[in-house]
Amino acid sequence: MANMAQAIRMALHYGEEHLGVTDIFGEDVGPPLGGVFTATQGLKTTWNSPLDERGIIGAAIGLALAGQKPVAEIQFGDYIFNTIDLLKLAGNTYWSGNGEYNLPMVVMTNVGAGIHGSLYHSHSFESMASHIPGWKIVLPSTPKDAYGLMISAIKDPNPVMYLYPKMLIRAKGEELIPGEPEDERELRRMIDAPIGATLYDVIEARDGWQPSWPEGLTDYSIPIGKAKIVREGKDLTIVTYARHVILAREAAKILENDLGISVELIDLRSLYPWDRETVFASVRKTGRCLVLNEDTPVTNYGEHILHHIIDNCFYELVAKPRVLAGADVPAIGLSAVLEEASVPQIADIVHEAVAITTEEP
Amino acid sequence: MDKKLKLKILDIMITARCMEERMAKMSKSADAFFWLGGVGEEAFNVPLGLLAKVGHGLDYDFFHFHYRNGSTMVAMGMDPMDQLRQTHNRATDPFSGGRNFCNHYARKAWNVVPVTSTIQTQMSVAPGTAYAQKRHGGDGVTVVTFGDAGTAEGDFHVGLNWSTIKDRELPVLFICTNNAYGISTHYDEVHGQDNLAQIAAGYGMKTKVIDGNDVEVSYEALSKAYDYVRKERKPFFLEAMVSRLHGHSSSSGGNRIPDGKEPDCLHAWRDKLVEQDLITREDYDRKYQAETRRMLQLLEEVRKEPAPEPGDIYNYIFASV
Repeated sequence: MANMAQAIRMALHYGEEHLGVTDIFGEDVGPPLGGVFTATQGLKTTWNSPLDERGIIGAAIGLALAGQKPVAEIQFGDYIFNTIDLLKLAGNTYWSGNGEYNLPMVVMTNVGAGIHGSLYHSHSFESMASHIPGWKIVLPSTPKDAYGLMISAIKDPNPVMYLYPKMLIRAKGEELIPGEPEDERELRRMIDAPIGATLYDVIEARDGWQPSWPEGLTDYSIPIGKAKIVREGKDLTIVTYARHVILAREAAKILENDLGISVELIDLRSLYPWDRETVFASVRKTGRCLVLNEDTPVTNYGEHILHHIIDNCFYELVAKPRVLAGADVPAIGLSAVLEEASVPQIADIVHEAVAITTEEP
Repeated sequence: MDKKLKLKILDIMITARCMEERMAKMSKSADAFFWLGGVGEEAFNVPLGLLAKVGHGLDYDFFHFHYRNGSTMVAMGMDPMDQLRQTHNRATDPFSGGRNFCNHYARKAWNVVPVTSTIQTQMSVAPGTAYAQKRHGGDGVTVVTFGDAGTAEGDFHVGLNWSTIKDRELPVLFICTNNAYGISTHYDEVHGQDNLAQIAAGYGMKTKVIDGNDVEVSYEALSKAYDYVRKERKPFFLEAMVSRLHGHSSSSGGNRIPDGKEPDCLHAWRDKLVEQDLITREDYDRKYQAETRRMLQLLEEVRKEPAPEPGDIYNYIFASV
């Protein structure tokens, strides 16, 4: 099965072949590297930008204003913060001109902890992003969703923030993407660029290299705004996204096997707009809920979800609904001990789940 | 420059001046919340508009204006009534439906991308349209305008850098109208260069510094600069020293500065044309008074037009998929 980097790459390939993508650009996005996480290898419209996040977002806006369809990458979400006023401009361009110019542009960047990235390769951005109106925000947790959400992001005539969890970039999928070869070694051989020990070796190895794209790729899309029920359950709803879908699934297994607690797990996938109906229906069924993510806890995106759960499902709740988020600290420390103390772990999820499900109404 | 063109420029300058004077007055009554604009930049900004290739799409010029380009828009063909509509925040304001300050244009039919209040961000955006134009071919250029103060922002360097990458130079005409002030702070307090073109020159592009209060100097420099960018597909930096005759904005009063403190380019052009016997002083006064009256009449019409509805805030947040 493809990993997330390969899935994104295939979706971008489909985008430039069939959906009008004109520019895929950012730092080290073009040859020879094809992205520091390999997500843009072998694509035909890629180019390397200066090391300049403001210029990257600005150029994407300009390209979109000129009728192009850019996909811009900020190499790490940790470095997108200095572009916030440009992101705000992108988000209000359609509104400010009373509908004169819409901006069909995608900004992709990876977020979250989990790779021992210390202070500046571990940031979350979704809570911040959700304060920038005019953007749609997606955050896949599987390669197949990563593909489908990228296709939707490209098709959308508005700015779409495509966040993806850096810890899951190398994780293989469990489901085939439509058109993906069944043999993953075959896929690697087809679309992964040759490697080399140093940049000079990489340049030499990739001289003249061309990917051989799977021919059957489709415009398989995940609608923006549609959540996924990852597993069904009856005792507790966990609403999460990104890397914490994986952690919550592990926690759910423990809860089921060891404690007999049945968890319904929802992967939001889209944070703006988000799938209220799926969330509310589940909470109404279980009466108990935990909203989970790894962003810092103050004005956390999960608080927004919780607020609407309370507004819409208050009388169906049988226990205090909760948010489990990252620690209220300035950043993630390098040591595994520090990182694990800062970001909710499987044991923390189990702990909260037990607390909610054992609470007497 | 032939007689016809000289008079045409004078007429546009008068219209633009009378329009902005009316707007400044509006900000002192219930007609407007705010004014800022380009009174004193007409000698430069009118030729900037007249020499532009105006239309929609990559074959035409793209405009990333700051908020002092009213006379450029008039030269491009804007009906002053549209500007009064925006100043009076009417629903009929074609640029923003009553949402944005005056001089915040957006007109897709002319490639005028939305003007933003954020200083200098247009310099980060401009390379995007220029990149598309260069790839497309043709002779369309990207025009980006800004004042002297905004050049202290990092975005200034973003635009210069992205436009001068080896073998990927972009067809951008950088226009700095240097009025020597950022609100109240003088240029010398916050800059160490004799002029800003020196910085642009350091990026390897052609530059020129001119007296932007002189119509003929401006017209000629702009003709050459536009030509260079159109043909060479490389950037050019033109810095025009201009006056600021009504201060920064209505926040600092919007009042006319005392006579003699800074040259008035409209008066200079008037006097020159009188001296050349192309008009009489009486002709000029008559035109000026007529335009002043016309602007008031336009405003009276604009006042009758509807304000936005509360529900309008939800329009145009997302384009339909």
